[in-house]
Amino acid sequence: MEEKVREFLQNRFAGAITREDNFRGDQSFYVSTEDLFAICQALYEDPDLSVRYLADLTSVDWLGHEERIGGRFEVVYNLYSLQHKYRFFLKVILPAENPEIASLTPIWDGANWLEREVWDLMGIKFTGHPDLTKILTPDDLEGHPLRRDFPITWEVPQFNWNKDKSPEVIK
Amino acid sequence: MESKTLNLNMGPQHPSTHGVLRVELEVDGETVVRARPVVGYLHTGIEKTMESKLYYKALPCTDRMDYLSPMNNNLGFCLAVEKLMDIEVPGKVNYARVILSELTRIKSHLVWVGTHAFDLGAMSVVLYAFREREMIVDIYEACAGQRMMSTYIRIGGLAKELPSNFEKLVRKFLKVMPAKLRDYEDLLTHNRIFIGRTKDVAVISAQDAINWSLSGPMLRGSGVKHDLRKDNPYCGYENFDFDIAYGENGDSYDRYLLRMEEIRQSLRIIQQAIDGMPEGPYRAHVPGVVLPPKEDVLHKMESMIFHFKIITEGFKTPVGSVYQGIESPKGELGFFISSDGTNKPNRVRVRPPSFINLASLPVLCEGHLLSDAVCAVGSVDIVLGEVDR
Repeated sequence: MEEKVREFLQNRFAGAITREDNFRGDQSFYVSTEDLFAICQALYEDPDLSVRYLADLTSVDWLGHEERIGGRFEVVYNLYSLQHKYRFFLKVILPAENPEIASLTPIWDGANWLEREVWDLMGIKFTGHPDLTKILTPDDLEGHPLRRDFPITWEVPQFNWNKDKSPEVIK
Repeated sequence: MESKTLNLNMGPQHPSTHGVLRVELEVDGETVVRARPVVGYLHTGIEKTMESKLYYKALPCTDRMDYLSPMNNNLGFCLAVEKLMDIEVPGKVNYARVILSELTRIKSHLVWVGTHAFDLGAMSVVLYAFREREMIVDIYEACAGQRMMSTYIRIGGLAKELPSNFEKLVRKFLKVMPAKLRDYEDLLTHNRIFIGRTKDVAVISAQDAINWSLSGPMLRGSGVKHDLRKDNPYCGYENFDFDIAYGENGDSYDRYLLRMEEIRQSLRIIQQAIDGMPEGPYRAHVPGVVLPPKEDVLHKMESMIFHFKIITEGFKTPVGSVYQGIESPKGELGFFISSDGTNKPNRVRVRPPSFINLASLPVLCEGHLLSDAVCAVGSVDIVLGEVDR
């Protein structure tokens, strides 16, 4: 199944796979930002591979390790073929400044909340998303908490004697 | 005469939302025109918290997500870390994990059937279901000392040896449960009011279910045969003989029948596992990564040093990312761990089944009656601790 997907991607999108990785049996294909939507659409429509199930969509912040993957953010698409019972990952590297990628909501309705969550917590923008709003954090929270430079703070109970003291930063 | 739709707030404090879920409904008379679930009231940043902790210390966070099935959450995280570290656990651990996670599935489904029937006006089922749930909670207590947040399944094995009365308690439960299950079915399966409230309500087609990334009973209720225990077995599920239940119509009634059947299949698995339980250690022997057994820590020098080192500075992980999905009672519960080679995870992502299943609520509600919205929310089986994390 792994060769089939690789062959499919190489035939249909020449040079789209920038890097490959197989760690503990989890196969990942790094693809370029521009091609991602077309690749997902093609995988979805291909009757032979029939990758119809977007199991998960998430993101990783590699702040401090950018040289390792060639960018700060990594968006991970966890795709599953129900027919072949095969799982693989598509990964996309995005820059630190203004990370942006095409939304998959035209293909999968399930991408809607997943992309909203990534936007809310990691600040990656999905162009073409119908309702890219906050989903988990309160409306008045600024910033994106899952970024590595967003500090974990210790919420000190507020009394008169410490009301001017800033919360202690753990990390 | 001008007709106008009305905006109605269901929740966040509403008994049928099982927590702090708010649904913004736009109703035209009694019909729901638009439904928009609003979540996040219980967001505690568990994923962020886990990033700042050593792998062992991140484990108790998982209990707090889906608090109705803590053992499954422990199992998912432990399997992911074991995959990352390439740890093989002893056979007895696998059997114990299978028994505990199937008991947890029954426990979660019992709460579901009780509260769902309660939402629809059948008061008595919840009382009976909690009575049987108590037996499972007692098994939890015997194992871990805790009734809810057990953290019993640990990286590389179990927290401690299974209690001496474990087999007795499980066998007693296996003896009692089938008759009780028939009692619930007598109360609900042919109950005309229950059928009237659930049949052809909250319908989702197989096509839509796949497209919305649903999993678990929500997906199988529509007739899609997808169960990670069969398709991508973990913990040695391939050694057990059981069937996957699935529905046909994808309505709330089918999902009820399916969950009842899942309880029956879980009982089958537990019976096989308790009969074939091998002897052996309750934890893998991987010095420096898996905590040594407590007895050794008290009597052996090296074990004590390893114990001390693992607790204070943890263990170094290889660079890479792993994903491990398990079939939790709610659906596919996945843990994606991305490691940068230090002793703390760079990113822990939980694939929350309830969160993703809940996203499909507009499909289930829109165009149906307002009272069916209650049934739709109930039949998704959400736990807000997991939805908001």
